[in-house]
Amino acid sequence: MKKSETWQLAVILLIALVAIFVDLNIEHPDWAEALLFWQPSSQRDIALRLGLDLQGGLQILLAADVPEGEELDAASMETVRQIVENRVNGLGLTEPVVQAQGEQRIIVELPGIENPEQAVETIKGTALLEFVDAGNILLPPGTLITTTLGGPSITPQATQVTPTIPTSSLEDPTAGVIYDTILTGAALKNVGLDQQQGQYIIPFELNPDATETFAEYTGSHVGQYLCIVLDKAVISCPKVREPIPNGQASISGDFTFESARQLALQLRYGALPVPLRVESFNRIGATLGAESVQKSIRAGAIGLGIVLLFMLIYYRLPGGLADLALIIYVLINFALYKLVPITLTLPGIAGFILSSGMAVDANILIFERMKEELRRGRGLRSAIKIGFGRAWSSIRDGQISTLIICTILFSFGRSFGASIVQGFAITLAIGTIVNVFTAVFVTRTFARQVAASASKWLAERKWLLGV
Amino acid sequence: MFNIVEKRRWYFLFSAVLVGLSVTAMIVSTAKFGQPMRIGIDFTGGSIFVLEFEQSIREEDLRQAFVEQGLDRAIVQPLGSPEEHTWQVRTREVTANEVGSLLNKLEEQVGRIDRDSLTFDTVEPTVGGEVARAAGLAVLVASVVILAFMWFSFRRVPNAFRYGVCTIVGMTYNLIIAFGFYALMGILAGWEVDALFLTAILTVIGFSVQDVIVVFDRIRENIPRHRHEPYEKVVNRSILETLHRSLATQLNAMFVMIAIILFGGTTIKPFVATMLVGMVSETYAAIFIAVPLLVAWEKAAVRRAARRAAT
Repeated sequence: MKKSETWQLAVILLIALVAIFVDLNIEHPDWAEALLFWQPSSQRDIALRLGLDLQGGLQILLAADVPEGEELDAASMETVRQIVENRVNGLGLTEPVVQAQGEQRIIVELPGIENPEQAVETIKGTALLEFVDAGNILLPPGTLITTTLGGPSITPQATQVTPTIPTSSLEDPTAGVIYDTILTGAALKNVGLDQQQGQYIIPFELNPDATETFAEYTGSHVGQYLCIVLDKAVISCPKVREPIPNGQASISGDFTFESARQLALQLRYGALPVPLRVESFNRIGATLGAESVQKSIRAGAIGLGIVLLFMLIYYRLPGGLADLALIIYVLINFALYKLVPITLTLPGIAGFILSSGMAVDANILIFERMKEELRRGRGLRSAIKIGFGRAWSSIRDGQISTLIICTILFSFGRSFGASIVQGFAITLAIGTIVNVFTAVFVTRTFARQVAASASKWLAERKWLLGV
Repeated sequence: MFNIVEKRRWYFLFSAVLVGLSVTAMIVSTAKFGQPMRIGIDFTGGSIFVLEFEQSIREEDLRQAFVEQGLDRAIVQPLGSPEEHTWQVRTREVTANEVGSLLNKLEEQVGRIDRDSLTFDTVEPTVGGEVARAAGLAVLVASVVILAFMWFSFRRVPNAFRYGVCTIVGMTYNLIIAFGFYALMGILAGWEVDALFLTAILTVIGFSVQDVIVVFDRIRENIPRHRHEPYEKVVNRSILETLHRSLATQLNAMFVMIAIILFGGTTIKPFVATMLVGMVSETYAAIFIAVPLLVAWEKAAVRRAARRAAT
């Protein structure tokens, strides 16, 4: 056995073991999840993510309602997305999704929500910007609080479907406290963005009638925190440095350009900078979703089982090797869904099942070639070599055409929030790429190993090779 | 050696009959619904509700409740077996604000709805139109890109242009069959064209070159190997040599797709069935249309050249 071949076998084994570890339906240790550096650090989690059509919920596609001929710049669209995300988070659901789709659309996915009216109202409603007296306690950004103007809009319905309240809010120091609202966004006249001694600052100016209130408050609360709260979620908590009598002040802090600009935008546009229009909404019942998951697993298992059997019966020993490669293929695919992560939808699962049925195609091409060479009287080793070599151009061309289609499907789905189309395109594309690894590299390594260790024995049992 | 290419006229005739049937299905559909295939709300705009009631209800009550809500053109259909008490209602687009009061009305006048399985979908007509345009564009782009790719990978073969044209003919045949099948199912089972149908069509386009590629690849390889053989024989040999692979691959793809159709979720059945039909017709089109056409073309060219030499 050549040294390089031993290495290849070891690499395959290692990849398979890692894939199995990821696939296992267990609580993965924190160190493993911390390795997912490409995910935002707060969301690192090795878990299968199910799309709305599999877990049930409400999906809403919103579009910026810009008058014809007017352009919408990316920054204000991002602001809109941020505001919508804040409001959605206020609903207290587990894992809602707020994503920009194309240039003018936002897709919102609310698992467990039933009533589109309430959801749309929450999303489209005017945001309330408040300046809140937090006393001596610095509230971390994102904290949901209750002010004198009311509490976060968590509805009874929403809490019913999400009985597990995140532990952080259980030990919340803000629980039960009602904060005093000093001013609302209506008091702001002007908000700017400036630099002072290399630091970004946000100067602002108040309306005349708010100036007095602000002067009074700042006069008596120097050294305390004045929190800026948008839709009951804390954005930032500047400290009052000195009394501000004339209604002109600025917020300074450890800002980057981005964070300063964002805060300025939020102050300026407490309300949405552009109105939103509901383009489509779609609700899927939770029981329907659960049923779909069950049925898909069954369909996938049966389909794969038949493919495995067919390959074994039709191609004998090489078929068995292809089966091993196919199993590794399935393991790697699932691991990638968890690691990337890919949100699985019903068409996505169909794409995966389909891709595993097609995955053996590359092997079939190779084995048919091998058989031809064996029948011509070639030895096993050279038949393997020629089989893999000759089939490669057909395999490559077929894979490229599939990937082209996936790209077109993906961009089509992206511009219309058709996440089901995207789901199919992604799983099919991943399957196609993984297939090159398993069907070509893995099977070839296996085949060489077998040829090297049992070539003589096989020469007497040609039926095992399907010849 | 079994000769596929020789009997090509019969296959062309058979293919023409299938195309005729597909076109008939589309004509019947046009006569019945005003569209060659029934177009769903993804492209036209509108709403669909799937309502599962806790007890059996009267269709009349259900229709009445929708009418009283101002949705007088609602199409009401039972779904599944009668003991499932499940109904599908298709209407003009219902706004988010109307849904709540509509559901309340249904519960009051018709019967209690199982909220856990409640499903509905609304698309604004303006978006629908935009989606339809983008869908047409996507199909066009996909066809052109795939063909360009074909041309590129066969650019060194003599008469690469013919390979391209034969592929187009095969692909067009394939699409007509898939459309015809969907039109037929629209008439028989009420299937409607949605975003997933488009996905299936694009996938069929992608796969519709795979078998052609394999056979053409083999022809490309066999031409220098068998210089003494006539073109027709080389092509026939190439088909037979790749037949095992085409059938084995096709069978595997069919296994998984039939498994999804029989055991998978109901919502994706039309989607997978369309792909299945597209794939079967794809393999057929490669072996019995695209490749024999290549031979017919070659023969015609040879004959023309001979005639020109004679005069």
